Amino acid sequence: MTGTAGAADPGFAADPYPSTYRPAPASPVLIRNANVLDGAGGRHDGADVLMRDGKIVAVGQNLAADGATVVDAQGRWVTPGLIDVHSHLGVYASPGVEAHQDGNEATDPVTAGVWAEHGVWPQDPGFATALAGGITTLQILPGSANLIGGRGVTLRNAHATTMQAMKFPGAPHGLKMACGENPKRVYGAKGRAPSTRMGNVAGYRQAFSDAQDYRGQWQKYERELADYESQQSGKRKKGDDTDAPPKPPKRDLRLDTLVAAMDGDIQVHVHCYRADEMAIMLDLAREFDFKVAAFHHGVEAYKIADRLAEEGVCGALWADWWGFKLEAYDAISENLAFVDAPAKGCAIVHSDSEEGIQRLNQEAAKAMARGRRAGLDIPPERAIRWITSNPARSLGIDGKVGTLEPGRLADVVIWSRNPFSVYAQADRVYIEGVLMYDRAAPASTPASDFLLGQPAAGGAR
Amino acid sequence: MKHPILGMAAWLLSLSLPVPAPAQDLLIRNATVHTVTERGTLEGTDVLVRNGRIASVGRGLAAAGATVIDAQGRPLTPGLFGGITALGTIEVSLEPSTVDNSPPHGSDATDSPGDLRPEFEAMLAYNPDSAVIGVNRVEGVTFAMVAPSGTPGATVIAGQGEVARLDGRADAALPASRTLFVDLGSQSSAAGVGRAAQFMLLDQAAREAKPAGAMRDGDFRLLTPGGRETLARYLGGGRIAFNVHRASDIRQVLAWSARHGAKPVIVGGAQAPQLASQLAAAGVPVILDPFVNLPDSFDKLGASLESAAQLQKAGVSIAFTYLNDGTHNARKVRQAAGVAVANGLSWDAALAAITATPAEIFGLGKEYGRVAPGYAADLVLWSGDPLEVTTVAEQVWIAGRPQPMRSRQTELRDRYRPGGR
Repeated sequence: MTGTAGAADPGFAADPYPSTYRPAPASPVLIRNANVLDGAGGRHDGADVLMRDGKIVAVGQNLAADGATVVDAQGRWVTPGLIDVHSHLGVYASPGVEAHQDGNEATDPVTAGVWAEHGVWPQDPGFATALAGGITTLQILPGSANLIGGRGVTLRNAHATTMQAMKFPGAPHGLKMACGENPKRVYGAKGRAPSTRMGNVAGYRQAFSDAQDYRGQWQKYERELADYESQQSGKRKKGDDTDAPPKPPKRDLRLDTLVAAMDGDIQVHVHCYRADEMAIMLDLAREFDFKVAAFHHGVEAYKIADRLAEEGVCGALWADWWGFKLEAYDAISENLAFVDAPAKGCAIVHSDSEEGIQRLNQEAAKAMARGRRAGLDIPPERAIRWITSNPARSLGIDGKVGTLEPGRLADVVIWSRNPFSVYAQADRVYIEGVLMYDRAAPASTPASDFLLGQPAAGGAR
Repeated sequence: MKHPILGMAAWLLSLSLPVPAPAQDLLIRNATVHTVTERGTLEGTDVLVRNGRIASVGRGLAAAGATVIDAQGRPLTPGLFGGITALGTIEVSLEPSTVDNSPPHGSDATDSPGDLRPEFEAMLAYNPDSAVIGVNRVEGVTFAMVAPSGTPGATVIAGQGEVARLDGRADAALPASRTLFVDLGSQSSAAGVGRAAQFMLLDQAAREAKPAGAMRDGDFRLLTPGGRETLARYLGGGRIAFNVHRASDIRQVLAWSARHGAKPVIVGGAQAPQLASQLAAAGVPVILDPFVNLPDSFDKLGASLESAAQLQKAGVSIAFTYLNDGTHNARKVRQAAGVAVANGLSWDAALAAITATPAEIFGLGKEYGRVAPGYAADLVLWSGDPLEVTTVAEQVWIAGRPQPMRSRQTELRDRYRPGGR
């Protein structure tokens, strides 16, 4: 793996904008007598959940913990905190005015050097409404105007004044790529490539080919540098004059990102609707030896569900969005259920929407019900994975969050009832054991600065 | 699980749309009937349908020769109103060749900086064979407003829409529902026609349409002769739907409507709760999207999930629409109603907001949106609570005819069903 400390390369996956997120100290919490969906496929009725020091300690019957705050969850349900792998909160913030259009650097089809985190406005009021829907972790992606739109960032849904104070510690970056209509429409309209799907694929191939060449230049430089250094140490002993050191290649931020993706240090997320295009992208990934973490939107993913499962690629999908463009015309309400069906299937409910992110549980419920009607056995403990552990896996943070297994970070939602109901509300939302949202005291969650003092939003007139 | 309507499958399959055959009498037995009338919800109740209309609602009904459906206690509701849509006039939103719901603009027919075309009628483009209709119909949507869509900054007056019955008939429009649509607020501001200009244009148009404002040759004119005629009809007490969110704009709409004799309907109304008592007093209904709780524009500051409950409590008539993509996902009004219930609206009021109330708002309240004698037999039998996201429509009837529970989406589903190719 390149990019590690001590190497001569620039650190293709290095992060000079590191997380400053630190959870508040959390006193132990014991949630009693809930119906627990653990995100790992288990359901535990009438169970307790104990969290301490920001981590899950146990899920089980009759747990005890001295000094823990006890929350009676009789009749209520508990799940891991929900994770949205596809959000544009902060980069297309509310209000959606011109000044807030920060999600698409639509000036070049390959902008792998831009990072969504540098456009995230932490005061987007949508973060708080997502929290009230149980969202504890979310990936903010660049938009889909470009073939390669840039890096995504995974955030904690914690109110903060800076992006860094929301950044999920240790989460890898994402890389946003886009198939199909959007890039060819955006650049075709500018009279430049790509204007066709052919042009799209040529664009990805050239970019990754350039990245291979770039990686080779750095490898060559590292070899030359090593030779030089060993020569120098020999010469110093003899007291010789020094030769000129090798010159490093010019740093290219776009290619840094692509090399890191090929090295597996960045998770690749591909906006792609049509089954045939997803198949081409899988071949592209093989050609350049990178792994696709998830296809996003994937309105036709059900047509290649077996292939996606075999290749270990997740489908990050909607329950029912469709028809807004031709590549979204073949939607079915069973898409998530069909992608979930194969043995290694990985279905994810994503939002791509400040509205949808507030109700990932309801979107999952719709898909679960449709799958059942089509004859698939999808119990709640399976469907909850679509909005917890499966998105965690696609983000490369599955060792940290997404389930209620002991040792995982204590991201927990207490629901007023079965979360697969339109009437369910998130009563309490914890991030690393800290109560971040309490429906009984909504004012305890800070509102965005933007909403302060706005008469129409209840501020002073 | 036993499917209550499998017995009908054979002859359902023989049907094709449109359905000109005379409707057979239909007796739906043992349903939990949500009448959306003063009778409320009736358990173990039968509904008899004759000639496409509901003949009676009660217990132990009998009808020789009628097709009998055993509802097994499942919920039966009126067909759902899909909200303000472009059903039948848009197939694929981003394909201009399939988008037919906007009046022309950029023409030189008038002197207007934009084009105010009240004479535009969206239903002229209505295609009953649109696949989008079937996708929504199998989810229980039996009627919807087919509305024009203005181009921000170009068309303050977008034209006229009508409610369509979604059973594939060619003559789908219900003429009593004809409504003029006006777009106000920040979208046009963003396109260079600010609010003061919007209201100025509306006032000028109203003056042109009145007899006292008779035009002379050479007068600067906003409207075509057809536009003047059309607008004049609405100014005599006609129904005008205003797409508007901001409270100050809604106040202007109320004032303009009073000045010119129009009957306003507010569509959107994110800040309408601020004016709830005025709206209730003036009898002005609000068609809102219960999902809207973020200020995606400054016009929507203060938008809240509780808006539906607040308006209802104040006595405002409310109906629901899905603003995000109310055409392809008109079916989402059902989830919208459930979300409104989760945020304080009564269940009965939420069901009314997607059945009887929109029918009333659009002049159809005596024939549509309720399960009562004399009403159109547009009905849906549900697998469970009709507002619940895990519930599906088991069977939809329009004018007493069972609608095939198939759509382009179910055909794709069946082709790619796992293990069932």
